[in-house]
Amino acid sequence: MFDYLEKQLPKLIMAPTAIAMLVCMYGFIGWTAVLSFTKSRMLPQWDFVGWQQYERLFANPRWHVALDNLLVFTLLFIIIALLLGLMLAILLDRNIRNDGALRTIYLYPMAVSFIVTGTAWKWILNPGLGIEKMVRDLGFTDFEFRWLVDPDMAIYTIVIAAVWQSSGFVMAMFLAGLRGVDDSLIKAAQIDGASTFRTYWHVILPVMRPVFFGAVVILSHIAIKSFDLVQSLTGGGPGYSSDLPATFMYTHAFSRAQMGLGAASAMVMLAGVMAIIVPYLYSELRGKKS
Amino acid sequence: MKSLSTSQRHYKVLFITILVLFALVYLAPLYVMLTTSFKGIEEIRSGNILALPETLNVSAWTKAWSSACTGGDCYGLAPYFWNSIRIVLPAVFISTVIGALNGYVLSQWRFKGSNFLFGALLFGCFIPFQVILLPMAMLLAWLGLANTVPGLVLVHVIYGVAFTTLFFRNYYVGIPTELVRAARLDGAGFFAIFRHVFLPLSTPIIVVSVIWQFTQIWNDFLFGVVYSGPGTQPITVALNNLVNTTMGGKEYNVDMAAAVIAALPTLVVYLVAGKYFVRGLTAGAVKG
Repeated sequence: MFDYLEKQLPKLIMAPTAIAMLVCMYGFIGWTAVLSFTKSRMLPQWDFVGWQQYERLFANPRWHVALDNLLVFTLLFIIIALLLGLMLAILLDRNIRNDGALRTIYLYPMAVSFIVTGTAWKWILNPGLGIEKMVRDLGFTDFEFRWLVDPDMAIYTIVIAAVWQSSGFVMAMFLAGLRGVDDSLIKAAQIDGASTFRTYWHVILPVMRPVFFGAVVILSHIAIKSFDLVQSLTGGGPGYSSDLPATFMYTHAFSRAQMGLGAASAMVMLAGVMAIIVPYLYSELRGKKS
Repeated sequence: MKSLSTSQRHYKVLFITILVLFALVYLAPLYVMLTTSFKGIEEIRSGNILALPETLNVSAWTKAWSSACTGGDCYGLAPYFWNSIRIVLPAVFISTVIGALNGYVLSQWRFKGSNFLFGALLFGCFIPFQVILLPMAMLLAWLGLANTVPGLVLVHVIYGVAFTTLFFRNYYVGIPTELVRAARLDGAGFFAIFRHVFLPLSTPIIVVSVIWQFTQIWNDFLFGVVYSGPGTQPITVALNNLVNTTMGGKEYNVDMAAAVIAALPTLVVYLVAGKYFVRGLTAGAVKG
């Protein structure tokens, strides 16, 4: 009996996690899927209405604003954070041996919550007293910088704050990758007479492909989940001009008693994340085996 | 040869200048937060956002800590700071212990299906939490844990375990399984081997896991805003309420002091143990 227990111990240890995972991840995803096919508003109801919530969702202009914003935000955020992170990593890698202080400075925003980031940038970008006033005080009295209160531009303030927060992390990933590149590769390229630029472009960057993909996956993941930053920086406003799917879902599921609609939007978000993550995980796991 | 090295030196100076300029830009928000928090409201209105405060006025700090209004009440951030502590400490401890044991099993005591289990768990690191928010709210209500600190601890443990398991599993996978086999021949059991062989080797990964979980949970807003009630909100939710409470004039100095207070614990952890922080980020990020 004791022997049997001892043998089953590893499974017993894993059991709570396995059950929690089964219920609270996969079960809950299924539950949300079911909710998205019902009329649920304040409370869950179980009258099924087919794809009606999804039809309502995609007929809702606010949802389209959220999707458009997500596209703009994700693309700009990823591209700028990648370029900035890569540039800082390359400059750090070759020029400064003792880079502890600079690295610490580039990366510290990552330790801070998005709510703090949003609060800080809300103050810096506010039209009355922030950057706008600073530049006006310098003598440019016509200077205008009111992105925060401009429905067409508010989403870009979120890009600025998100890049500030996350580009240091990209830098850290690239720097680790660069420092892992075999020195003999670089030496061989230099002996062949390749310029520094060509060495980077043809020799070093191709080796960094996995790091690059890893960074893109993490950044797009951050982008799709972005909720706190929008909530604290613009509150989704002005109006709903800077809404993202995450804030749309929260508003409808929890403040507007539109549970079914909220669930439908959450399912669309999941589908979006899976479209990115599943191929990535698949290639990662398959790459490990071969 | 000589001219080449001078031009190289010029480049080096240029590159370092760029790096330092960027460092200043990255530091600017923190600088602005700190200086603003020590200014009086008049000074903020008339002065420059980048100017140093004329005097070190700490009244914004005392107000942010103990008397600023955060939505319904006006006790400052202090009670919410302690709420966050009461949520973070047990959640970090429990999720790290479970993650260590899980990682130990998944790397050294594999059974049929354990790899599949790991893969299924890994996926949990990536799901957007919006997709579990509604059912979890119902489960918490059903358990009688809605709007309570234990409820939030439970949520953070459940969704944190995927990460801590990943950390420990990837760390222990590097330890040869012969070690376990030899120890078993000596008659040591599952827990004895864990305690006497694996635990003593685990300090770095425990630090990584604790720092990761601490930062994640302290900085969490989504679970906090959905699953907490008036008396149990974590500091991020209180900060957001404080900033958006518009009774009387806008007090940017109080907002900034509050933001720094909310950021301080994770910043201190980062400065003390930055190396492990980066390791957690990249381990949680790229390794499969």
